[in-house]
Amino acid sequence: MSDRKVRFKIKRQDAPGTEARWDEFLLDWEPQMNVISSLMAIQRNPVTTDNRTVAPVVWESVCLEEVCGSCTMIVNGKVRQACTALIDQIAPNGETITLEPMTKFPLVRDLIVDRQKMFDNLKKVKAWIQLDGTHELGAAPRQSQENQEEAYPLSRCMTCGCCLEACPQVNSHSDFIGPAAINQVRLFNMHPSGKMHAAERLETLMGPGGIADCGKAQNCVEVCPKEIPLVDSIAVVSRATTKHMLFGWLLK
Amino acid sequence: MASKSATYSETGKVRRVIVVGGGLGGLMTVIKLCEAGVPVDLFSLVPVKRSHSVCAQGGINASVNTKGEGDSPQVHLEETVYGGDFLANQPPVKGMADAAPGIVYMLDRMGVPFNRTPEGLLDFRRFGGTLFHRTAFAGATTGQQLLYALDEQVRRFETIEVEDDKGVAIHGEKMVRKFEFWDFLSVVQEDNGTVRGIVAQDVKSMAIKAFPGDAVCLATGGPGIVFGRSTNSVINTGTAASAVYQQGACYANGEFIQVHPTAIPGADKLRLISESARGEGGRVWVPKDIKERRRGKDVPEKDREYFLEDKYPGYGNLVPRDIASRELFLKCFHEGKGVFNAKSQKNENEVYLDLTHLPQEALRKKLAGILEIYEKFVGEDPYTNPMRVFPAVHYSMGGLWVDFERAENGSLVMGHPRNSATNLEGLYATGECEYQYHGANRLGANSLLSCIWGGMITGPAIATYRKNLGKSSYDLSSNVFDSAEKRERAKYEKILKMDGKENPYRIHEELGKMMLLDVTIERHNDKLDKVISSIDELTERAKNVGVTDTAARSNQGAQFVRHLDNMLVLARVIAQGARNRDESRGAHFKPAFKDRNDEEFLRTTLALHKEDGGRPSINYVRSLDYSINGKPVHATDQVDISLVKPRARKYETAGAASATAKGDAKPAAETAKPAAAAST
Repeated sequence: MSDRKVRFKIKRQDAPGTEARWDEFLLDWEPQMNVISSLMAIQRNPVTTDNRTVAPVVWESVCLEEVCGSCTMIVNGKVRQACTALIDQIAPNGETITLEPMTKFPLVRDLIVDRQKMFDNLKKVKAWIQLDGTHELGAAPRQSQENQEEAYPLSRCMTCGCCLEACPQVNSHSDFIGPAAINQVRLFNMHPSGKMHAAERLETLMGPGGIADCGKAQNCVEVCPKEIPLVDSIAVVSRATTKHMLFGWLLK
Repeated sequence: MASKSATYSETGKVRRVIVVGGGLGGLMTVIKLCEAGVPVDLFSLVPVKRSHSVCAQGGINASVNTKGEGDSPQVHLEETVYGGDFLANQPPVKGMADAAPGIVYMLDRMGVPFNRTPEGLLDFRRFGGTLFHRTAFAGATTGQQLLYALDEQVRRFETIEVEDDKGVAIHGEKMVRKFEFWDFLSVVQEDNGTVRGIVAQDVKSMAIKAFPGDAVCLATGGPGIVFGRSTNSVINTGTAASAVYQQGACYANGEFIQVHPTAIPGADKLRLISESARGEGGRVWVPKDIKERRRGKDVPEKDREYFLEDKYPGYGNLVPRDIASRELFLKCFHEGKGVFNAKSQKNENEVYLDLTHLPQEALRKKLAGILEIYEKFVGEDPYTNPMRVFPAVHYSMGGLWVDFERAENGSLVMGHPRNSATNLEGLYATGECEYQYHGANRLGANSLLSCIWGGMITGPAIATYRKNLGKSSYDLSSNVFDSAEKRERAKYEKILKMDGKENPYRIHEELGKMMLLDVTIERHNDKLDKVISSIDELTERAKNVGVTDTAARSNQGAQFVRHLDNMLVLARVIAQGARNRDESRGAHFKPAFKDRNDEEFLRTTLALHKEDGGRPSINYVRSLDYSINGKPVHATDQVDISLVKPRARKYETAGAASATAKGDAKPAAETAKPAAAAST
């Protein structure tokens, strides 16, 4: 056992509307430690630095390898996945690590927020292929390697919420749908059968809260843990909506 | 007699069925039900898009045979059965292998960004236990991509209205209603045992509620967290399967737990490095000299021991996982040849998985997803350094017992209500939480397939069951649901009041360590006996936990107490099953009983829960009698080996796994030579 310690300062809140507070914890360092394993250590021994036994911190997590999108939180002021926040990287010299919940979503408790609106947005933009059915209908249309290589990175969006959290246009005064859903429109509109319904998807982004609300701050692409080219996606979809707005059905 | 209306109950409610779990198995079941016109309530502990299927990396098997190797569904069937050491019932496997090409085409139509060949066709790569290029893939995050495709289709059904018997849309009633962040507690049973719904808990508000359903399908995944850290997601505690097992559902082949040979260590979980790394040509080695101190990339070829290629020239680095894991264990644990670690100054239980000889451009296109994980969590560049990996618990071949209806051609009768039925009438199971397809060892890239195929047969089976149901669950007396709800509320209240000295997370840590040490790659009866008595002790101690959290919202502490109890029950099923099976078969290996013993053990382990004076124990049975739509069904522990006769399982010679395959297939050894040569 090493005598190296790891210090956490965690924002706690029991429910929306109740008062927030900060709890501090001091943990023993262990190899390959990350924010999640630290929170697990707190579960095993939920005692603060001022020696109070408190309720263990609650947070959301599933896969712990950055493919599920669950464990998004604000670590040292930056929105990211907690599972890839390795202690040796974020606090190499024993700096205090702060954890806070995301601010652009309704709080549930401690580090948990409610991201339902992101899933609702996927419904809004019709982020799916209109499949005739799952019965056997033979092979799908052929696709070039080039097309696949463009689509695959777009398809890795985990609905984690980082881009919405970082976007200045997503706030309590705006209905901006955010980069994640716009990126899905680009993805489905480039698929050989998805593009048959491209206009419908574009139209979902043409009203209030749609693509015109993007302020081009480009924060989204900075924070995306999957390095999805969100700014490109917004540009591509923006051009397409403009075209659709000007020429409508004439341009197919 | 069947109900009058297919849509409405007598009391005018829309008749729904319940699916619990939103991974590939659950979602595919939902889609098939919707296509059959059956409305669904879908429950999941997490948003379904975050289900554990997301973690699958390497790909999905289908013998599309685009490489002209002579692959066929028959070869796929034979290799799956052989890989599973003949413990799987063969008709479900045949159904799956036959359906696989159609499934991959369907996924392609749904928009899964599968990798392509220059002609724009689906690309396929190699995986363990076969010499054929049979695995379709989307980079190295295939599970994620498949899950998203099904998730999107289910979301679409969330926007589509239910139609009544005449085809008129019912305003406000959608085909799918999602209940995400709900923890499954138990099934609601009528006095005669028929399953009529579920009780679940909203893990945000902690409200407990009973829901009626004309049938219930569990698709709740595996129990990897019983082993503490594994490649599984933290939600995979097996709690739902354990709960229905305690309510009388049979658990089958629980002792068969797959250990994946290549994972990377972490303090919170062991992260998988997909078999596709070897499918694309990755090589496993250790330094010849135990005292080797050079970094992996500085060890010259002549000082490396490619132990899998040496011992298994036929399949090389792509031997099935049980074999690869045992060989790794042998090298590290018994021979002490694990890679030397400069930080710890000792030989760790790790070997090299080497991709550095492969072109980086191709690696980026085909494996970026996993190489990114290695880079992020280990902090080393896998394109230029051999990766350091070790075995980790990965998958449960065992699970809830489910039935099937064999067709004359050796496959399944589609739409028969026996398919995927548990022994509790009205309860179905699909995906990793059941036991059907993989026998004693699962082949890589067959799990995504079995989940989706499982959904494809379970949806129609439930639709038929519902059609023939005499009385809808919506027409039962509310007492049935009220009393189930009350029972679960009382249990939860009791947990909240627990104020003992034990910390549930620490008990779990002890359980995991013990299971990992003694119930994985090598099993010894004396150690298993100790494990079982330790499970007794831990079960006692778990009654004396203190709940540190009494909050009204998102009380994860209290929820975990329940999951821990359920994990302890499953741990016993796994350990006791291993203790009883005195043979070696697939992933179950006992050095004291090195051979497979078909005479005594070519049979399914059927475990039923019982309580002896309040203490949990297991009742092993040789047959099951249950009923479907009121008709009696009899099933036994005999394995259906009607399609491929059991023979010794050996991977030293190329083509051994498909040696008896007929049909379109050419002899595998001949056709696959170039592929085998490339990897050795």
